[in-house]
Amino acid sequence: MSPKRLSLRVQLHLKLSLSCESPAAVPSTEANQGFDPPHQSDTRTVYVANRFPEHGHYIPQRFADNRIISSKYTIWNFVPKNLFEQFRRIANFYFLIIFLVQLMIDTPTSPVTSGLPLLFVITVTAIKQGYEDWLRHKADNEVNGAPVFVVRSGSLVQTRSKNIRVGDIVRVAKDETFPADLVLLSSDRADGTCHITTASLDGETNLKTHFSVPETSVCQSVSQLEALQAVVECQQPEADLYRFVGRVTVTQHGEEIVRPLGPENLLLRGARLKNTKEIFGVAVYTGMESKMALNYKCKSQKRSAVEKSMNTFLIIYLVILLSEAVLSTILKYAWQSEEEWNEPFYNQKTEQERNSSPILQFISDFLAFLVLYNFIIPISLYVTVEMQKFLGSFFIGWDLDLYHEESNQKAQVNTSDLNEELGQVEYLFTDKTGTLTENEMQFRECSINGIKYREMNGKLVPEGMTGDSPGGSSPQLMSEELLFLKAVSLCHTVQISYNQSESWLGGDPFSHTNSFSFSHMEYYAASPDEKALVEATRRIGVAFTGCSGDTMEINTFGKTEKYKLLHVLEFDPNRRRMSVILETPSGGKMLFTKGAESAVLPFTTTGEIEKTRLHVDEFALKGLRTLVVACRHFSPKEYIDVDKRLMSARTALQRREEKLQQAFAHIENNLHLLGATGVEDKLQDKVPETIEVLRRAGIKIWVLTGDKHETAVSVSLSCGHFHRTMNILELLQQRSDNECAEQLRRLARRIKEDHVIQHGLVVDGASLSLALREHEKLFMEVCKNCSAVLCCRMAPLQKAKVVRLLKTSPEKPITLAVGDGANDVSMIQEAHVGIGIMGKEGRQAVRNSDYAIARFKFLAKLLLVHGHFYYIRIATLVQYFFYKNVCFITPQFLYQFFCLFSQQTLYDSVYLTLYNICFTSLPILVYSLFEQLVHPDILQAKPSLYRDISKNSLLSFRTFLYWTVLGFTHAFVFFFGSYLLMGEDTSLMSNGQMFGNWTFGTLVFTVMVITVTLKLALETQFWTWMNHFVTWGSIAFYFIFSLFYGGIIWPFLHTQDMYFVFVQLLSCGSAWFAIVIIVITCLFPEVMKKVLYRHLCPTSTQKSQSLSAPQAQALSCVESLCCYQHGQSGCSRLARLLEQMTGQCKASVNNCHTSSRSNRSWSDTENFYSNDRTILTLSPIEASRC
Amino acid sequence: MVKEEQEESSNRPDNTAFTQQRLPAWQPILSASIVIPMFLLIGAAFIGVGVALFITSRDIQLQELDYTGDDSEHPCFKCRTNTEKCTCSMTFSIPTLFKGPVFFYYGLTNYFQNQRKYGASKDDNQLYGDLDYFTNPSTDCDPYTRDSKNMPIVPCGALANSMFNDSFSLSHTVNGVQKIVPLDGKGIAWWTDYNIKYRNPTLNSVFFSGTKKPTNWPKPIYELDTTDVYNNGFINQDFLVWMRRAALPDFRKLYRRITHDDYADGLPAGNYTLTIAYNYPVHSFNGKKKVVLSNVSWMGGKNDFLGIAYIVVGSMCVVMSVVMLIVYARFKFAEDV
Repeated sequence: MSPKRLSLRVQLHLKLSLSCESPAAVPSTEANQGFDPPHQSDTRTVYVANRFPEHGHYIPQRFADNRIISSKYTIWNFVPKNLFEQFRRIANFYFLIIFLVQLMIDTPTSPVTSGLPLLFVITVTAIKQGYEDWLRHKADNEVNGAPVFVVRSGSLVQTRSKNIRVGDIVRVAKDETFPADLVLLSSDRADGTCHITTASLDGETNLKTHFSVPETSVCQSVSQLEALQAVVECQQPEADLYRFVGRVTVTQHGEEIVRPLGPENLLLRGARLKNTKEIFGVAVYTGMESKMALNYKCKSQKRSAVEKSMNTFLIIYLVILLSEAVLSTILKYAWQSEEEWNEPFYNQKTEQERNSSPILQFISDFLAFLVLYNFIIPISLYVTVEMQKFLGSFFIGWDLDLYHEESNQKAQVNTSDLNEELGQVEYLFTDKTGTLTENEMQFRECSINGIKYREMNGKLVPEGMTGDSPGGSSPQLMSEELLFLKAVSLCHTVQISYNQSESWLGGDPFSHTNSFSFSHMEYYAASPDEKALVEATRRIGVAFTGCSGDTMEINTFGKTEKYKLLHVLEFDPNRRRMSVILETPSGGKMLFTKGAESAVLPFTTTGEIEKTRLHVDEFALKGLRTLVVACRHFSPKEYIDVDKRLMSARTALQRREEKLQQAFAHIENNLHLLGATGVEDKLQDKVPETIEVLRRAGIKIWVLTGDKHETAVSVSLSCGHFHRTMNILELLQQRSDNECAEQLRRLARRIKEDHVIQHGLVVDGASLSLALREHEKLFMEVCKNCSAVLCCRMAPLQKAKVVRLLKTSPEKPITLAVGDGANDVSMIQEAHVGIGIMGKEGRQAVRNSDYAIARFKFLAKLLLVHGHFYYIRIATLVQYFFYKNVCFITPQFLYQFFCLFSQQTLYDSVYLTLYNICFTSLPILVYSLFEQLVHPDILQAKPSLYRDISKNSLLSFRTFLYWTVLGFTHAFVFFFGSYLLMGEDTSLMSNGQMFGNWTFGTLVFTVMVITVTLKLALETQFWTWMNHFVTWGSIAFYFIFSLFYGGIIWPFLHTQDMYFVFVQLLSCGSAWFAIVIIVITCLFPEVMKKVLYRHLCPTSTQKSQSLSAPQAQALSCVESLCCYQHGQSGCSRLARLLEQMTGQCKASVNNCHTSSRSNRSWSDTENFYSNDRTILTLSPIEASRC
Repeated sequence: MVKEEQEESSNRPDNTAFTQQRLPAWQPILSASIVIPMFLLIGAAFIGVGVALFITSRDIQLQELDYTGDDSEHPCFKCRTNTEKCTCSMTFSIPTLFKGPVFFYYGLTNYFQNQRKYGASKDDNQLYGDLDYFTNPSTDCDPYTRDSKNMPIVPCGALANSMFNDSFSLSHTVNGVQKIVPLDGKGIAWWTDYNIKYRNPTLNSVFFSGTKKPTNWPKPIYELDTTDVYNNGFINQDFLVWMRRAALPDFRKLYRRITHDDYADGLPAGNYTLTIAYNYPVHSFNGKKKVVLSNVSWMGGKNDFLGIAYIVVGSMCVVMSVVMLIVYARFKFAEDV
């Protein structure tokens, strides 16, 4: 593509766009209007190197500086802004209201009781957010402080990135990223071009050529730039990466030359300079106004199912709270209607109370009860959940099993909000290329002129021959073969990057067997297929060596041939082919076309069409990606016609696209078929195993791909997505609505008829859009009955649409989307959980995903182990929180029945405050970080365990009800147990003295703290030292704290109600006996229930627990000592130390080591399938030895 | 180059037991084989403890006398509505030796000492002897902070104001002669209340000048017990007992201990007369007043609850473990198959 033609196009385009813009585009008029705030004009005027015109009125426009600010807060606004953000949360706001109510009216508890926990929660959240913001600040500073070179006052000055101003001339060297959006002025090349990659912006890895206008491209040195007088006018910043309209006015010798500017002239911030030594550019959009920054998107907030049910539960509890408060208020007034209870002689009201209006009284009483019971809404739930998610998500990144050695990438967590959702996945949508496959194309086979060839040791070998034909130093290629190879090596848009350009310029004679000279040459291509093909022809002997200006150079077995590139008929997804028109060295004009077989074969008239078609189908069956190559010779007359058509279409002002299509269709016709290629995309490691495991976990897998249906099906088969035994249903090439509906009905019938067999469904994009338009229900019906669905020929948005269809279907299944490319982003964002594969297609998918992993196979551990863990942890966390707060507040409610509904608290204020913060907070947090119901290896070996937790089962309404009822029951036992102990208020002390109300409350509270902590202990399956520490520590802390708190007259406290109450309680034997009996009474049915359930109807999780027990112990015993890696048998320092000490540990350690490793990961496929068995057989012996 | 290598390898997660979630852990499983013996053991222990507790509780003697006088036959009936000073006496007999030390309680029912406003209506600083709060009591005490002449009340508040003011004496009829049983007013309040939490300023009426007695009281706080300096003012033990408010509306409070003279070992069998100075009104809220004589064990007064609870829970444990044993025996084999 020559720059000339390009500039012409841009010029035309610009004429249109600029001419219809307002006159403000011209600086002089802008100066006249003067009062316009700079940003309201449609264009910005940039004086290159900020050399403003000396004459004339000029009001400089103000532009943003080049700082990138991704942080939310500054030191100054952190406190107010963060507080505002936090109180927008409904729970925090609720507690703020409660706090304010306590401040305003006379309530049973002091404002401190809710103020302090609120402060605690707010502080913890603020610290977390502050820390995250600090990280962002650090990242920002790194970006903003990066050194850049700027031309200032005649020399190259090094400065920081943030100091770049609009109008500065910036120098960027090879492999550096652009610090701002620059208009290219010049490069080290004479033609003023440069190559860039935009992988970090849009994920495209190919090299793109950008141009400078001829007037500036000569300014290749600082001094020349210094003399440059130029003004750039361009549109105001906008987010579209591919749109840029502007013009540059260069003043040379007093003459103004105006040149149009388009996206080809703009170097975007974040893109990387390749293959070019250095460039100079003038900054036009800086900082937050650069296109990259404008594309920063606030990630859509995804909420997990757990969070949703949590909110439902909160609402239920709010209702309980309100009804308790209303009930209490009504009962209070019912009671008070009797004179003797309204105002007994010993407790008279003040004048004020007597005179206040009954309605106000009623409201204030209601609020007081609300305050009294408000702790039933667990204040620290949110903060604990947040901490759990934040801290817990580290385990994903830390996991060695999710670390990919070759690419040195570990799993990455972009949001910790969805951890538990990983354990809930029902539908998995996966991309094919790059996700299931390596996206590493390898040329395998081709068909030339009806003969199949395969590549062997850099030679094309016809089918049936062996590769190592002796001797043949110069292969005898037939002319068809040669033409085919040339076609393949010429018909593409591949760019070359030379690592050491000098070495190949030496021009030593090429020999086809010696590819040494090309070794420094690297191809960059938008499509990996093209790259693979060009590389393959290079190996065979026809090497594409460069493209300078209009000429393409190939090296055919040592002979350099130059082709003049006349036209490129670009690839587009509708045509699904691309062509080049070349002038051969002999002067003939020739067209090469390459494209999908369905897009090329119909237009071929000569060549071995039928044989090739057969071969193409064969390739597709093998899972190869196929392309068909054809050519056409033009007579000079024909070419003139073609040229004319193309030119007129390209320069058409109206309906250019349409005209181009017509021209292309006319040109790409009457083709001579040369042959077809088959490129293999290797499957990633362990894809079939992973798919099998996930399927056994009850996850339905849909493969969504843009590939053609035969290729897709064969890959599906090879990766185990489709089985040979599966009945494959097809919904393909439906053209009309009715046809589609009919086919769907037929499929539905077939499924009904033989429901024994598993079904797989293949749909293509076109049929899918038909099916989705009118027959969604019918389609869903069919899909649900298929165990595997394959959608081929999918457009990116269609992928998202399919995900949404499933997501919004009546069952509302949890969906997960995996993908690696920019085309998967919409699907990744749409699904409940989006997972990016860190592949070759840029970081776009990774950046937009919730989690990113290096390989598809890691999905198994991510879902089956991490997902399982997180779900169990958070589900129990949520339920337990509600339970412990019901336990906490219900006795208080019950006490109202015994104190005339006077809002007397049962517990002291300090206990009310600290219950959730100190006494019961840590065990659940530690539980929710470390709990493992089943050993990770067993989780992976028995994927069916995943089904045990599906459908949010641990947070179902039944379990919620169980925990709530349990909470109420326990509360009743605490309260009435203590109540019965008091009996007719007999003395409990051996000195006959009496207890008071605070002792009673403290007894209830003590029993509660112990029971609630022990209940969690019963739930805990995985007791690390930390669990022991916090569980027993919490109880001990409660006792120590109470002794301390009750042991001192606190000068700043208003009342000394608790003085020595706790000591007195503990000094009496009956209290101890009561504590023991009440705690046991609460927990005894729990233990009973657990044991009976385990024996009568054990869940598979429980079964595997008992199976795993000895083995897991064996494992943990080894693993605490040995830290091994895959394929290594190294022990950690500790283990070595132990070895040295004992001298005999080694044998046993190694013993256990090997056994455990074989189970630990299904490194061998055989092992994997028989895993269930290995566990059974291996464990007991090894355990005993260890 | 070296630096680059380091950076490259830095991506590798640490291989420690912690990061790999492989911390050594104890993984208990509540299986029948553990739980059944455990339950049996606990059950047996509980039944044992329960029986012991029950027997201990059985041995405790209790004598309860209702002197409210609701019944017109009752000797105290006349005092029920009488606002003047009124004395009545009741006789009762003790069949066997009432083992000492005997504790003398008074009890009130339907009396809500646990109301919030009532309980908060006091000033702990005043009671701690802080003179600043004598002249300026806390508003918590409203409407018992100041009297009608706006003089501060000491001790302020509803709790102090409503102090129980019936008094009792007990006499033993020996050979037709009434012999007074000495009642000990010491040691009826918590040691810490008496010694630390409540403090008198130096007991002198001077400090109380400019203050008023609570409206319901016949005499000011510094005249509660003029015979004993260490039982007067804020540290008067009857006052302390009253100020520790009861948890429930039916409550008892310790009035005296019988520890002296002939009665140190208990009250011998015989006839006794209880004389009551009947002042405290309970009629308005249908309350009952009673006197309770009781001795205590190491576990306090008569309380069958603990013993019964232990026996019940213990036997439930045993029963359940038997049930589980049956279940276990039947289903264990099914599981293995």
